[in-house]
Order: sequence, then C-alpha cells, then structure tokens
Amino acid sequence: MIHDNNGQTVDMMLNMGPQHPSTHGVFRMELRIDGEKIIDVTPHIGYLHRGSEKLSEGEQYHQVVTLFDRLDYLANFNNEFIYCRAVEKLLDIEVSERTEYVRVILSELNRIASHLLYVGTIGLDAGAMTPALYSFIGRDRIQTLFESISGARMMHNYFKIGGLREDVPADFVSSVNKIIPLIKRDIDETEKLLTFNEIFLSRTKGIGVINKEAAIDFGLTGPCLRGSGVSYDVRKTEPYSIYNQFEFDIPIGLDGDCWDRHWVRVQEMHESLRIVEQAINKLPQGSVESPLGRRLIRPPKGEVYVKAENPRGEIGIYLISDGTDKPYRLKVRPPSFCNLSALQVMLKDAWIADSVVILGSLDIVLGEVDR
Amino acid sequence: MNLLSMFTVQYGITRLMDLLILFSFLAVIVLSLVWLERKALGRLQLRLGPTRTGPFGLLQPIADAVKLVLKEDIIPNESERVIFWMAPIIVVISSFMLWVTIPFTPDIVVENLENMGLFYIGAVGVLGILGLVLAGWGSANKYGVIGGLRAAAQLISYEIPLIMILVSIAILTQTFNLIEIVNLQHPVPFALIHPLALVVFFVAGLAEVGRTPFDIYFAESEIVGGPFVEYSGAHWAVFFLSEYINTFAIATLTVLLFLGGWAGPILPGIVWLLLKVYIVILVIFWIRGSLPRLRIDQLMAFAWKVMVPLSFYSVLVSAVCVFYGFPWWVLSIMSIVGLGVVGYVIHRHITAPAKKVAEVIARLQISENK
Repeated sequence: MIHDNNGQTVDMMLNMGPQHPSTHGVFRMELRIDGEKIIDVTPHIGYLHRGSEKLSEGEQYHQVVTLFDRLDYLANFNNEFIYCRAVEKLLDIEVSERTEYVRVILSELNRIASHLLYVGTIGLDAGAMTPALYSFIGRDRIQTLFESISGARMMHNYFKIGGLREDVPADFVSSVNKIIPLIKRDIDETEKLLTFNEIFLSRTKGIGVINKEAAIDFGLTGPCLRGSGVSYDVRKTEPYSIYNQFEFDIPIGLDGDCWDRHWVRVQEMHESLRIVEQAINKLPQGSVESPLGRRLIRPPKGEVYVKAENPRGEIGIYLISDGTDKPYRLKVRPPSFCNLSALQVMLKDAWIADSVVILGSLDIVLGEVDR
Repeated sequence: MNLLSMFTVQYGITRLMDLLILFSFLAVIVLSLVWLERKALGRLQLRLGPTRTGPFGLLQPIADAVKLVLKEDIIPNESERVIFWMAPIIVVISSFMLWVTIPFTPDIVVENLENMGLFYIGAVGVLGILGLVLAGWGSANKYGVIGGLRAAAQLISYEIPLIMILVSIAILTQTFNLIEIVNLQHPVPFALIHPLALVVFFVAGLAEVGRTPFDIYFAESEIVGGPFVEYSGAHWAVFFLSEYINTFAIATLTVLLFLGGWAGPILPGIVWLLLKVYIVILVIFWIRGSLPRLRIDQLMAFAWKVMVPLSFYSVLVSAVCVFYGFPWWVLSIMSIVGLGVVGYVIHRHITAPAKKVAEVIARLQISENK
C-alpha cells in the first residue's frame, strides 16, 4: 500500500487517538499495521495529566479527598474510601461501625455502577449501541441514590477522614432495599443483550489473551487478573474495613481473553449486590462523626501503604507525613495504569477492530492512568 | 425502432419530469426513513427519539437536513480535490440509477426495462463501490483508506451471492422483467417457494448497504466513519442520502422478488408495496438495535464460506426444478433442506464458544461448592 524509495512495501502507521471515539478518553495508540493486522503498538499517555499527586502535597489532609474523587471518576466512593483509610491508618484511629457499613455499601454500589458503564462501553466498542442505553438505567438508579445522599451525582466528596460528612438520609435503608431488585433486573437485561450474543462471543472469545503467568508478571489486578484465572481479590486475600463479615465469591475466568474479563465483571456485579444486601440489613445505628472532631489534622511523622480493591483492580496509596497539616508525599498505584501495561502484548497480531475491544475490556480510566 | 427518432424534445421533457418526480419521491422517502430509524431505534433503546420538532418529532429530518446543508463544507488541504468532490456524486447517482427500473405498481415506474430489469439492477448496483473507494482514497486520511478498501472487499464479496440470487429468480420465472416477476407470484410468493433465496438475498443485501451487523466499512468505533471521515456538511449529507436510498432499494427488491410486491386485497397496490417495504425496513432497524458488529475477517469468511456456496446451491435447485418441471413445493423442500443444513452447521460453529463458556461456568460452580 505504501512504498519506500526502493519500491518496497512498508508498514502503515495508524494513529488512534487522543481524539478517537473508542479510546476511552484521551489515550493514544500508534499502531503499526500490515493491512488489517496490527504488528506493533506504541501507547502514549499523559493527555489527561493534572498533577494530582503533586497537588495533594499542597492541600490539607481534608482537602485531598476532592482530588481523589477525580482520579478514577467512575468509582468516586472507592477512591475516597482508600484515601480516608490511609490517613486513618496514619493517625491510628478507629471509625464507627456505622461509618464502615455506609462506606462499604456505597463503595459496592459504586462498583456496580462502574461495571455497568463498562458493559455499555464494551458493547459500543463491539458495535452494539443498545446495551449502553440499557446499562445506564441501572447506573442512573445508583447515581440518583448517591445524589440523595451526597448531593452530587459524581465527585461526591462525602467520606471524611474518620467518618462521613453527614449521616445518610432517613430513608437510606428503604431506598437501597428498593433498588436492589431493580438493579438485579437491569444487570440481567443488559447482560442478556450482550454476554451470550453469538457475534459478541466471536468478537471477544480468544481475543486479547493473556495467560496466568504473564498477567501476574505485568501486575494486572482486578477483573483483568481474575479473567486470567488467578483468584486474587484484596477484599478476600487481605480483608480491609469490614469485608471479612460478608459472604461473597470471587468469580474467575479461565482463558484470560476479552470475554472472560467481561464475564468476570458481570458476575462481580452480582457479588457486589450480595454484599450490599447483607450490609444494608445489618446497618447499625450510631454516629458517623469523626473521633477527631473538626480539628486540623496533623498526623505524626511516618509513612503508610494501604491497598484496596477498586472496580478496576488493586489501588494502593503510599502516604508520607512529616508532621505538618499537608502530606509530604502521596503516591498512588493506579490499577488502570498497570492494567494498561499489558496492552502491547495483547494487541500483537490482533486485528484493527480488536484493538478497541481489547482496550475496552481492560476498562481503563484515563484520569487514573495519568493522575 | 430507430434510436434517433426516439429522442424528441417532448420525450426528453417527459423523461426529465419523470426523473424529477422520482427524485422528490425518494427524497421524501429518505426523510421518512430518517425519522422512522431515529424513532424506532429510540423505542428499542428505551428512549423517546425526537420529540421536540413538530408532532412526534416529525420535522426532525428536515431540521437535520437544514443543519447539514448550512454546515461549513470542509475540504482537507491534502485531499485530491477532484476525487473528493466526485466521490459523493458517484455514490448517490449509482444508488439513484437503481430506481429507474424498480416498479412501485405496474403503472408507476419510470422505465420498466422489459428484457433486462434484473440484469440492470445487478449491473448498476456495483457502481457505488467505486465512489466509496474514491472517497476513502481522495480524502487523504488513513481511516478513509482503510474504510474504502474494506468497502471494496465487502461489497464485491457480497455482490456475488446477491447476483446469484437474482439469477436463480430469473431461472424460476424465465424473465428479467420485474413486473412479470411480481405477477408470477400471484398465488404463492417466492418467499414460500424459495425461502433459502430470501434469506441469502436479505443478508447479502444488509451487507451491501452496510447495515449492522455488517457496518464494517464505516465502523464508528474503529475507523470512525471510514470513507466518510473527512466529509462534512452537504457532501456528507449526500452520502447519507444514498445510504438510505440503498436501504430502501434493498427492502423494495426483497418485497418485489419474494413477498409478492404490490399484491394484496382491498387496498391499492402502492399502499401494499410501501407497507411491506416498511415492515422489511423495520426488521433492518431492529437488527441494528440488537446486534454487535462482525470483524472484517469473519465477514469475509461468512461471505465466501457460507453465502456464496448457498447462493450457488440456490441457483442449482431452481435450475433442477425448472428443468424437470417439478411442482413448486419440491423446490421449497429442497430450499428448506439447504437452509436447515447450513443453519445447523452455522449453529454448531458459532455455539462452539458458547459451549466452552458453559464449561467455564460449570467448572466455576464446582470450585465454588468445594
């Protein structure tokens, strides 16, 4: 197709992104293609870099929560959760039981909302328009609930260090109980449209395969790792908060292809619903105030590393305090970034059309990749 | 007949009027299709579709058209200007030419080519590919080039089964005359006589007009519009127009060749025809609302391994039946058998991953129970 000066055929470079509808934000892939086959790919990131880690060094501990809302903007509660846990561990304080329950319920609901969005986007990447609109029904129910609790549909800024900003509304239990069966139905409806569709299966089964060992080597976590058959979930292996009080399973795939990752996410939604169901029935009464009151926080000198299971995988925070009211250093280990590192291997010898499906199955959020 | 004596001034004016009427008719049809697609797709996706422009959003297509025409028409600097300009014209003219010979009723037709109606359709239908390839190449965009080449590969592959089905219809009816083909379906439509041909024709037709699940050459999520990626404003509107004219043409041909055309009780013929055509078009929209897209290699494999052999089989059984003068139900049995065998093979083939999936689930449940 394209020739060099000697009349030899050379590979074609195809630039995909950052302005491309299927790169999930502003990711850029430089594909080297031979006809419709991808020979090599050079990923470029950094188009959404906002300097969140550096910015947190200039903010007081309470204020950093807002920055964490904006990292993985599809899983706000999960991000707030881990940051609050990191500072609480640094301060060595216990939060009230009610706070823990509310945090877990909201985080799990957020996981469902995030996965529902994923099901919609993988459908769009594979060329099916409708699942996206079906999945947004369930997502909207969850976000309306979030709005009634925190006042915002995204960027809630609701978890505070040591507690919650304010107590949940009086009808919290009843409204969660009301939407659980509805969300269950929404997940099933969306899934029926996509998961076992023969065309979808032929587009995703056996595509973007990464085996167990390679997945571990690349540091994949979350559904991407579990899709390859590794049963690793921080909520089970190193239970944090109150996760050890709940019964839930870790769905795993076998082949590590796009479909397995998809299936794992769909099953995870059901597992999350199970956790929410158990938690909402046991929600204790009590205060959600921080034991610290409204004082400025000055944690003692020291450093701490905490990790948690986000919808996209294992997120880790390394936080160093020098005794002032602002973090000395805050490093985030974002799941999306590590998951993205396997892209090059997965895309090798794939078709152009597969590239968007594979990228979609990794389910990255660029806000978290670039930070 | 002296050819020169045919082209009098009066003849020319009448033909011109015919074409103008046809063009305005098609324009109205396209507007109705745009509205119908947005509305039907909206309902399938639990949305309302357009509601703000007029009653039931009926004026939405007009608003769309005005917006498109008023938009700035951007021509990329690097593009081949002549080709870039010509491509949409070639595409729309080829899809428009198809309509010259398609009859709406025995009386409403621009020119019923008595001895070569089907032949003409087969010949003219291929022209649009040229426009698509030129559009992709001329816009100096890599997505456009990929899309144009995909279009060439896809449309040429699916042209073969489409034309072979036209051949098998011609063998059955012993005529190329579309009006006669419709009249011959009077007691039993060909959909019952030769269901295999209907299926192959409809699927190949979907691929021919680039409808889901075969919308590969302009796949939005991969090559962002393929040949159309650099087009804007009125130029893009012309592509849009031809796409809908083609969809309407395929649906109309399906109705004419297989579903008895304008035949039907009480109501006038044109109403019956449009009714059937719109039902076929709604099926096309329904498919678009529910299926993902195939990949290019799967698409080509499907064309050459399934559609082409099936269309040859269809020609064969029609020829055998006509040659030996079998009654029509023999042909339909042979047709259904062919359809069943291939359907079973495809079913086996595409459920293979599903079976594997079932295995995965079964194994998981075992591990959970432990």
